[in-house]
Amino acid sequence: MNTYLTDILQSGALMITTITGIVLLLVEANRRGRPATSFALAIVGLLAAGMTALIQMPAHGTGFSGMVQTGGFASFFAALFAVAGAMTIALSRSYLARIGWFRGEYAILTVFAVVGMMLIAASNDLIILFLGVELMSVCLYVLAGLARVRDRSNEAALKYFLLGAFATGFLLYGIALIYGAVGSTNFEAISAAFPAISAHIMFLAGAGLVVVGLSFKVSAVPFHMWAPDVYEGAPTTVSALMSTAAKAAAFSGFLVLFVRTFHFVGAGLNTVLAVIAAASMILGNVVAIAQTNIKRMLAYSSIAHAGYMLAGVAAANAIGLMGVAFYLVAYAFMNIGAFAVVSMVEDDHEQHLTLDDYAGLSKQRPLVAALMAVFMFALAGVPPFAGFFGKYYVFLAAVEGKMTWLAIVGVLTSLISAYYYLRIVVLMYFRDGAADVAAKPSVLTMVTVVLAALLVLQLGITPSVVVQAAQRFF
Amino acid sequence: MMLAAAAAFAVIMAKINEIVGPRRETDEKVTTYESGMEPVRTARERFSVKYYMVAVLFILFDIEIVFLYPWAVSFRQLGLHGFVVMFVFMFVLLVGFVYVWRKGALEWD
Amino acid sequence: MTLESILFIVFAAVGLASALLLVTRRNPIISALYLILNFFALAGLYLTLHAQFIAVIQILVYAGAIMVLFVFVIMLLNLRDERSLREGLSWKKVFAAGVSFGLLMEVIYILMTSASGMTELLPAKATEIGTVEAIGSRLFTRFLFPFEVTSVLLTAAIVGAILLAKKKLD
Repeated sequence: MNTYLTDILQSGALMITTITGIVLLLVEANRRGRPATSFALAIVGLLAAGMTALIQMPAHGTGFSGMVQTGGFASFFAALFAVAGAMTIALSRSYLARIGWFRGEYAILTVFAVVGMMLIAASNDLIILFLGVELMSVCLYVLAGLARVRDRSNEAALKYFLLGAFATGFLLYGIALIYGAVGSTNFEAISAAFPAISAHIMFLAGAGLVVVGLSFKVSAVPFHMWAPDVYEGAPTTVSALMSTAAKAAAFSGFLVLFVRTFHFVGAGLNTVLAVIAAASMILGNVVAIAQTNIKRMLAYSSIAHAGYMLAGVAAANAIGLMGVAFYLVAYAFMNIGAFAVVSMVEDDHEQHLTLDDYAGLSKQRPLVAALMAVFMFALAGVPPFAGFFGKYYVFLAAVEGKMTWLAIVGVLTSLISAYYYLRIVVLMYFRDGAADVAAKPSVLTMVTVVLAALLVLQLGITPSVVVQAAQRFF
Repeated sequence: MMLAAAAAFAVIMAKINEIVGPRRETDEKVTTYESGMEPVRTARERFSVKYYMVAVLFILFDIEIVFLYPWAVSFRQLGLHGFVVMFVFMFVLLVGFVYVWRKGALEWD
Repeated sequence: MTLESILFIVFAAVGLASALLLVTRRNPIISALYLILNFFALAGLYLTLHAQFIAVIQILVYAGAIMVLFVFVIMLLNLRDERSLREGLSWKKVFAAGVSFGLLMEVIYILMTSASGMTELLPAKATEIGTVEAIGSRLFTRFLFPFEVTSVLLTAAIVGAILLAKKKLD
């Protein structure tokens, strides 16, 4: 029993988040429990988990008979998921109240989704990886369909669920084949067996199927079809969570598998990843230009960003690992911020979601427009914002990894992306329009968005904080 | 071998009967057999969506069997350890059950 | 032929036949009944592979609980005339069939080229790891953590089910 106690203490962030979820369930079961209480508790619990993760980052180890890793990589990502989860809950409060779905279950499911994400990043065994992906996905399927009276929300949930279940099937099949080839699901055992088995056809087929399953979760081409419809139909703050924390979780799965377990694979798989990355960058950025709905535009932009980050994974070197980790943190804050602004401009009936609705925003809501401009510049990768360094590191990694062509594709498509990001800025500042923002944003929402913007700036000025943490991942 | 022969014999006999025997379909014969009652209407009624809730909750709690069954079999070897770990598992699901109960999902209204 | 291979052939034949009947029947309730038969045949196959536990679970969970849900869903939708759902042959379907066929060939190829290693491993260890006792003793020690995580996963699913399917939310 004593060993379990140390295991529990070592994965403190995971435990705090899980207990928060269970407490929230009890609050919700109590008839007098109000959603506001649940939301406040969820934010406090997640922030406490994030703090714990940061404190425990220097201590490396494994726990629960080698099922999970603790410290380093796992803690870094646990902190990111906790903070991103807390931010989306904070943003959702007034938004959900406006659209009539301010319910305690939202907080419960977000917290459990964060538990799933933490499990993915902490996994040291294929079983935990799978359970984490499932826990996260089940919560997100439901959250996407939260506004169940809206047709689009239902459509989003159903599409996400059907395609997601299919992708999970691929993942599970891949896990089974890897287990068949190695005889163990433990990452250390797979890692030790890797040199001997890396060319074995059953192992390669398994790893390939795992790539398919995870590529779906990060919405990389050609497994991206669900993203625009789901991001558009889901409540805006849920889209924020899906495009940031959930994507980061799936990427942490990629990193754990490919960087740590498969020793930066050579055996053809990173060429596959490079092709997927290039396709995502090209398709995401080109199709984003044609969008008139801002949520769809952000969905295609999210596909493109998955491409940039996959370039870092495909490069398969230390800079790539660090670059992807940095990119995920930066992208989480930029995109949560962007979706938060969308949720402020959106009215109660899924209107005001076209790009034209942003015309003249700077006149009505100067602060909101300024924040949106920050997020758009950051997404476009303009220095000094955080997005610039993210791209710089992953493209540098691609060049170092002898994939210069991938870096060239990345730079060219980034130029294309500047067009549609900066178009929003031009619309907000240089066009007159009847942009009427539905309600005055609540203080909590504004504080969260300002915080996101400050973090985007801060990371752009001092990227070394994340860079140093990334050097001590494993 | 005997088993297979016996099974094959039964199937072949039944099939011969079906092929050789005369088939006359009358109204009486083609109606559904309901132990002598006259069938009133089709059995394929549209069910209320309330059943769905019951079915989903049934599955979720039924999956516990997967874990309870091996636990019950090796309970003696596991001892106190087994008791504690199953208690933690059941506690989390019990909280879920309390939630279901208090939300009124078990009421038929 | 040993008893084992006879049993394998019987269960495999029943499994294939019921699967074919399942997708070709017009009445969905009958399809569901063939699915149950298919589950039983699969359970039989698991038994021939010495996986007793999986066989029992196959019947308890799949033929029991999951079938209840299937039949309920069929009855909930209850289309008067399923023929309205029929679709003609389209390029999409041809493409899907092509992809499925390709995947099938791949799986067969993998099995052909690497099955030798698996068959050696199987009989020696299978009897030992397939029993309920063996699974119980490992599930609650080495695989304790995944076991506990499952309870959280199920609880999250319960919340989701209530949120999406409950008729009246207060």
